[in-house]
Amino acid sequence: MNANIYRHEFRARLTSVLTWSLAVALLVVLFFSLFSVFANQAALMNQFLARYPPAMRAALGLGNMDLSTVLGFYSFIFLFVQLCLAIQAANYGFGLVSIEEAELTADFLLTKPVSRAQVLTSKLLAALSSLTVTNLVVWVSSFVAIGLFRDQHDYEPGTLILLLLSIGIFQVSFLSLGLVISLLVKRVRSVTPYALGLGFGAYVLSAFNGVFGEIGLELVTPFKHLDAAYIIKHAGYNTPLLLLNLAVSLAALAAGYWLYSRRDIAAVS
Amino acid sequence: MSIIEVANLTKTYGKARGIVDVSVNVEAGEIFGFIGPNGAGKSTTIRLLLSLIHPTSGSARIFGKDVVTHGPQIRRDIGYLPSEVYYYEGMKVRDLLKYSASFFEGDFTQRIQELSAIMELDMNRRISDLSYGNRKKVGIVQGLLHGPKLLFLDEPTSGLDPLMQHKFFDLMRQEHARGVTIFFSSHILGEVQRLCNRVGIIREGRLVEISDIRTLQQNNYKKVRVTADSLPPAAFNLPGVTNVQTDNSTLSFFFKGDINAVLQKMSVLQLADVTIEEPTLEEIFMHYYE
Repeated sequence: MNANIYRHEFRARLTSVLTWSLAVALLVVLFFSLFSVFANQAALMNQFLARYPPAMRAALGLGNMDLSTVLGFYSFIFLFVQLCLAIQAANYGFGLVSIEEAELTADFLLTKPVSRAQVLTSKLLAALSSLTVTNLVVWVSSFVAIGLFRDQHDYEPGTLILLLLSIGIFQVSFLSLGLVISLLVKRVRSVTPYALGLGFGAYVLSAFNGVFGEIGLELVTPFKHLDAAYIIKHAGYNTPLLLLNLAVSLAALAAGYWLYSRRDIAAVS
Repeated sequence: MSIIEVANLTKTYGKARGIVDVSVNVEAGEIFGFIGPNGAGKSTTIRLLLSLIHPTSGSARIFGKDVVTHGPQIRRDIGYLPSEVYYYEGMKVRDLLKYSASFFEGDFTQRIQELSAIMELDMNRRISDLSYGNRKKVGIVQGLLHGPKLLFLDEPTSGLDPLMQHKFFDLMRQEHARGVTIFFSSHILGEVQRLCNRVGIIREGRLVEISDIRTLQQNNYKKVRVTADSLPPAAFNLPGVTNVQTDNSTLSFFFKGDINAVLQKMSVLQLADVTIEEPTLEEIFMHYYE
């Protein structure tokens, strides 16, 4: 780990982190401010939802959610928070080493007396710190929103904390997947399409899984590995899927180090 | 002692050629010129030595250490000026140089000041606002600020105006006097001749010749072109004249030898125009290495 690279990287991402954090905080607070309306009209709401085709409800993740409870409603919002976090983390993952190569600053950095492993570790830690800022903002805004708008409905704070704890694991999985894919392709010219692709792709797979029933898609998408509805319902993680998620992230990171240490940095062409 | 030892170094990109079987040693305190046309493999060789890319086969050692396994250690004493200079666009020159210096042990503030003053570099400007030539200056300061023992210069003078080129060469002579070894790649024969002790000539990925600069100068070819109304084709029938080409009233040829012989021949002719110039490197390659 090299403190200079870490500082440089963290600073370079600061605006992006603040923008994402603000967006996610607004999403949580504004969306949750509608809770009292939903809760007070619970019967009507559930009737209304019952008329939706089951496939449609599943696609929206409403299959086993009760919008009239604090955590039920919150888990509905949490899906969109996850989508934002996935795109953000994938964005940092894809850009981690590829931006330096696309903007040709990799020559500057890699001719300094640091090893590739040191460079990657410093960059990963900087990206993780950035993601942790957003993570903490989600924590704070969630507690604030629920405190302000729960309207005397009770909820289990322990379960909420469990759900919020999943954020870090979720972010790491998209960060490491983004990194390893960026190292597997020859050259990433623009990071955003890749990040949107991975984030939305994983989300859509998770939605399809609901539509078509159990066809194994839950194995491939982190949205299912850390499914909010499941965590709320069982007040715990789906252990096999959680372990699978951790294993995939770890493998992606290991592969990332291996590929980066052997990577040829292309010259200007 | 050899500072750089390259043995049978080969790099291929899939089926594309990079460099093939390059072997060369560069001694301590030497200024080694590395010349060849664009795309010959000069940058590939330098990038291999800096371990930005990895060899397909063969090996390279710098300061007696293998470049693949001891890269970080070796790079402590290396300065690199890339042919195309790209830096973090949003940064100020001062911050970039500080960032660069932060990777090395010691305080280089004064050296940064000195070098920037010599190269007339304004450190308060943003990288994104700099012209190509000014970026090149940042590259020069950045490559020298930590007092490296070995310098890699990849086409260092492109983009610098003649005055700055002059200052740059002075700077290189100062570094050389300090005992710095310089590996200087260029496609301009003239500037290599000005500075280097020895040159390696690379062509289509292969090192075709390593020669002392004096030997090269003895092989000094001139390109002569004369224009006249009536020019007998045998007007310059001299030993040392090769590659004669006629085009209407213009006659051109390469000449190697005592230039006075050619001038004597010219003096009896009624000429409309005459040029005598250094052949480009490409021309030398085309006619003498095929």
